[in-house]
Amino acid sequence: MPAIELSKAPQPAATNPAQIRNFCIIAHIDHGKSTLADRMLGITEVVEQRNMRAQYLDRMDIERERGITIKSQAVRLPWRSGIDGQEYILNMIDTPGHVDFTYEVSRSLAACEGAILLVDCAQGIEAQTLANLYLAMENNLTIIPVLNKIDLPAAQPEKFAAELAKLIGCEPEDCLRVSGKTGDGVVELLDQIVAQIPAPVGDANAPARALIFDSVYDTYRGVVTYVRVVDGHLSPRDQIQMFSTGVRHEMLEVGVISPEPVASKGLGVGEVGYVITGVKDVRQSRVGDTITTYNNPTKVALAGYKDPKPMVFSGLFPLDGADYPLLREALDKLQLNDAALVFEPESSAALGFGFRCGFLGLLHMEIVRERLEREAGLSLISTAPSVVYHVFSDDGKEMTVTNPSEFPDGKIASIMEPIVRATVLAPSEFIGTIMELCQERRGTLLGMDYLSEDRVEIRYTIPLAEIVFDFFDQLKSRTKGYASLDYEPIGEAEGDLVKVDILLQGEHVDAFSAIVHKDKAYAYGVMMTSKLRELIPRQQFEVPIQAAIGSRIIARESIRAIRKDVLAKCYGGDISRKRKLLEKQKEGKKRMKMVGRVEVPQEAFIAALTTDADIDKAKAKAKS
Amino acid sequence: MKRCGYCDFNTYTPAELQITSELSEISRSYIDLLIDEAKLARNQAPQAGAIPTIFFGGGTPTLMEPSDLARILQELKASFGFAPDIEITIEANPDTLSLEKLSQLRATGINRISVGMQSTSPHVLKVLDRTHNPANVGSAVKWAREAGFEHVSVDLIYGTPGESLADWENTLREAIALDIDHISAYALIVEAGTKLAAQVKRGEVEVPDDDLMADKYLLADQLFSAAGFEWYELSNWAKPEGECRHNIAYWQGRNWWGLGPGAHSHIDGKRWWNVKHPATYRDRLLAGEFPAADSEILTATQIESERVMLEIRLRSGIARSSLDAAAIDRLQSYVAGAQLDAQSWADGLVVLTQTGRLIADRIVREILL
Ligand SMILES: Nc1nc2c(ncn2[C@@H]2O[C@H](COP(=O)(O)OP(=O)(O)OP(=O)(O)O)[C@@H](O)[C@H]2O)c(=O)[nH]1
Ligand SMILES: C[S@+](CC[C@H](N)C(=O)[O-])C[C@H]1O[C@@H](n2cnc3c(N)ncnc32)[C@H](O)[C@@H]1O
Ligand SMILES: [Mg+2]
Repeated sequence: MPAIELSKAPQPAATNPAQIRNFCIIAHIDHGKSTLADRMLGITEVVEQRNMRAQYLDRMDIERERGITIKSQAVRLPWRSGIDGQEYILNMIDTPGHVDFTYEVSRSLAACEGAILLVDCAQGIEAQTLANLYLAMENNLTIIPVLNKIDLPAAQPEKFAAELAKLIGCEPEDCLRVSGKTGDGVVELLDQIVAQIPAPVGDANAPARALIFDSVYDTYRGVVTYVRVVDGHLSPRDQIQMFSTGVRHEMLEVGVISPEPVASKGLGVGEVGYVITGVKDVRQSRVGDTITTYNNPTKVALAGYKDPKPMVFSGLFPLDGADYPLLREALDKLQLNDAALVFEPESSAALGFGFRCGFLGLLHMEIVRERLEREAGLSLISTAPSVVYHVFSDDGKEMTVTNPSEFPDGKIASIMEPIVRATVLAPSEFIGTIMELCQERRGTLLGMDYLSEDRVEIRYTIPLAEIVFDFFDQLKSRTKGYASLDYEPIGEAEGDLVKVDILLQGEHVDAFSAIVHKDKAYAYGVMMTSKLRELIPRQQFEVPIQAAIGSRIIARESIRAIRKDVLAKCYGGDISRKRKLLEKQKEGKKRMKMVGRVEVPQEAFIAALTTDADIDKAKAKAKS
Repeated sequence: MKRCGYCDFNTYTPAELQITSELSEISRSYIDLLIDEAKLARNQAPQAGAIPTIFFGGGTPTLMEPSDLARILQELKASFGFAPDIEITIEANPDTLSLEKLSQLRATGINRISVGMQSTSPHVLKVLDRTHNPANVGSAVKWAREAGFEHVSVDLIYGTPGESLADWENTLREAIALDIDHISAYALIVEAGTKLAAQVKRGEVEVPDDDLMADKYLLADQLFSAAGFEWYELSNWAKPEGECRHNIAYWQGRNWWGLGPGAHSHIDGKRWWNVKHPATYRDRLLAGEFPAADSEILTATQIESERVMLEIRLRSGIARSSLDAAAIDRLQSYVAGAQLDAQSWADGLVVLTQTGRLIADRIVREILL
């Protein structure tokens, strides 16, 4: 039997690097990475059959509910090779597939020497297959091409083996064929991992250097930091030091994940595991930093990571203003788990105190909000997502704008907006549809390639703001779900953009300002003013609602004054009842937000900030 | 016998109570109970002086025998005494009245009658579930005067689904033409739990339209004042000396004692209400117990809320000096918006204008915020 009992397997801190293989599983979303990881957990017997469940490593509720991986997970697997009969330790990292979490993938890649590039052989190569492959190649990883889901009746392994071989530059026979569902081919895959992926190299006698590739806040244990040891050795007796800050910490525990945390005597060269220092302050353990020992510190840091650049910004506000400190605390904690999240305090006349948060994309934004709500028990409002603009005034001053309400008022010379290179993969029958959509969204065609007879890769540059708006939903619906999209930022370009303000009785409502392309300003104005007319209750005076660019009104609506707000009859027996009603109404009035003299119920803000797509999603969720 | 579809008063039909005896018998035994409660009241409020006003209402008291009404009045007069100018009102369904009945009622000492006219449009009365014949209102009023009633009033309801502005104008013109000195005109309230509420919920009847009701209110106020009826409360208009002093007492936060099942009382910051069911009410009194179901002692804040909520309904208004500075400040915009009368404001009073009366509840919330 190729599995090795854990206690008899090579132990952490006592494993020869030559026996170690570090790899990650990368693929387009839903191609079966986590399911393949399940089979590996089963075949290597680190998870007993009776404890097995589907997508074992998707541990968060939100991952399980949505059926997607959000966090990478590293697991130590002992394995006896069927080829040479030797014992090995495999450190496997399951990664997310969604484009918003590319950063998570790139961090995992830095802890590995090899990658399994998985392709669902009923779908073929898709946008994130390419994106993740290129990332792995940039990291000089050994790539093992694997066709998954060969059990499916619709599988076309021959066809996609040819596509994949062409892409990587290998022979179609080199592509392994597995089924994560049935386990077919997984033993062979494990053996090939041992055979093809190089062992880690490092200097066991040099000062310790370990790369922090993830860290998580655990309510009971504090900050848990995941590391890959490059040189030297970490042991529980060491005092460790963070290279960037020089701060020293006592080590409380060192261990490996298998797939639950198991304390160990230490970690040696090439090993992947965790350290716990009892630190509660999440900022002390920064992803990408190098851990060394205090007594024998290294002088050279590991390469680390480029800080991920948030691409989409939105304001998050607690529904109940009193929850503001709770929100701050929750964001702090989440940031430790989620290095890509950035935030700073923001205050809005309409929504009170909150935070301007930066995200990698819309899914990331949705997930952060949902995690904050469920993990900290908060109710939040989020404002419409915006990208980062650079605004140049006539006198040459530059300003970075992540919040439309901060858009400068004076004369503007030019506005730069972020541009992405978008790659769309789709069956060739949709070429026309896709080009039409990209054109509508201010795209510029870069090129098009046939991956095979009937599959094309179309490349465009498009303003990120267009993608953030509803590009992906449109792409999916116009291609019946067949197209996939990947994008990466490539810089900025000047845009013909304007800020549209929404005014209630002449007063600015900051939460509703938006920066939009000139041609779409009118549509935005009309949409917002008519939505607000429906949502804001009548007041004792007429309330004009206007959309304006600067001082020019582009759309207007008005809410007629309320004419009757009185109960006609109030005699002896009515008095108590009416007073109680009044007390209730007074409470309701306290929850109103004032925009100038206009009372706006919080629900109206929420509804106005909710897109139709959000409403549909909420409905779908309620049904399921 | 049938209850009106919009009515949420504490009413029971004999069928609901499974009583088969004659109405006259019910009337007699019911008055016996009221007399019992009045005796308890006398013991509870030993300091109470002569009674200034009495009101028989909250149902159709004219279904009772005049002789029974006389018995309770005699009891009250004997134990409390009557003020020399006492006002005694009875509410009446026009169909229950005749010259003879009215003369008998007048003979008991009752000197004011309020006739439930509601509307002259048959289709409106139908939606309201009113069975009376609108033609009977005129004769009822005429007889009431013949019988010697000093004050005659009619109640109107506007805003009933299906009622046009012209329908309402008709009702108003007919009411004004009557020989009366008081009119109450109420915007229809769809009270929870009524038959009307159920019909609205099922979509059989439309929700009354607030804007149309506002127009109807303005029309009523205009026609009434042209005919010599001045507003003295949001929904009440009277010719000189025609105001209902009993109801003014409610709005001024005075003390009153309500007799009967479900009746509410207010004495010196304490409110209580009697058990609702007539059988429970009877059992309590027969056992010599006080028939209150529950009570509340008002806090200072609640007393103030009620004061503002009630006094603002009156033409006499609220003294500005009784409000805090912030509230006064918030009211400025209503003076500017002509919802509070500028002259009265300058004279130190918060008095609603015509359009202000239509948003009185909003202004109350503004004051009490
Ligand atoms: N028939 C079949 N279905 C599979 C196979 N592998 C995965 N699936 C199904 O494909 C879907 C996606 O599987 P996951 O393992 O969650 O995919 P993933 O690549 O981890 O997805 P992300 O983490 O969201 O990128 C699930 O419904 C699996 O049951 C396979 O070999 N055969
Ligand atoms: C207690 S008030 C009568 C006071 C009387 N108008 C007086 O001045 O003596 C009773 C009247 O209230 C009105 N009313 C009852 N229920 C109503 C409702 N749901 N909506 C509007 N008015 C109602 C009817 O006009 C009924 O005749
Ligand atoms: Mg997964």
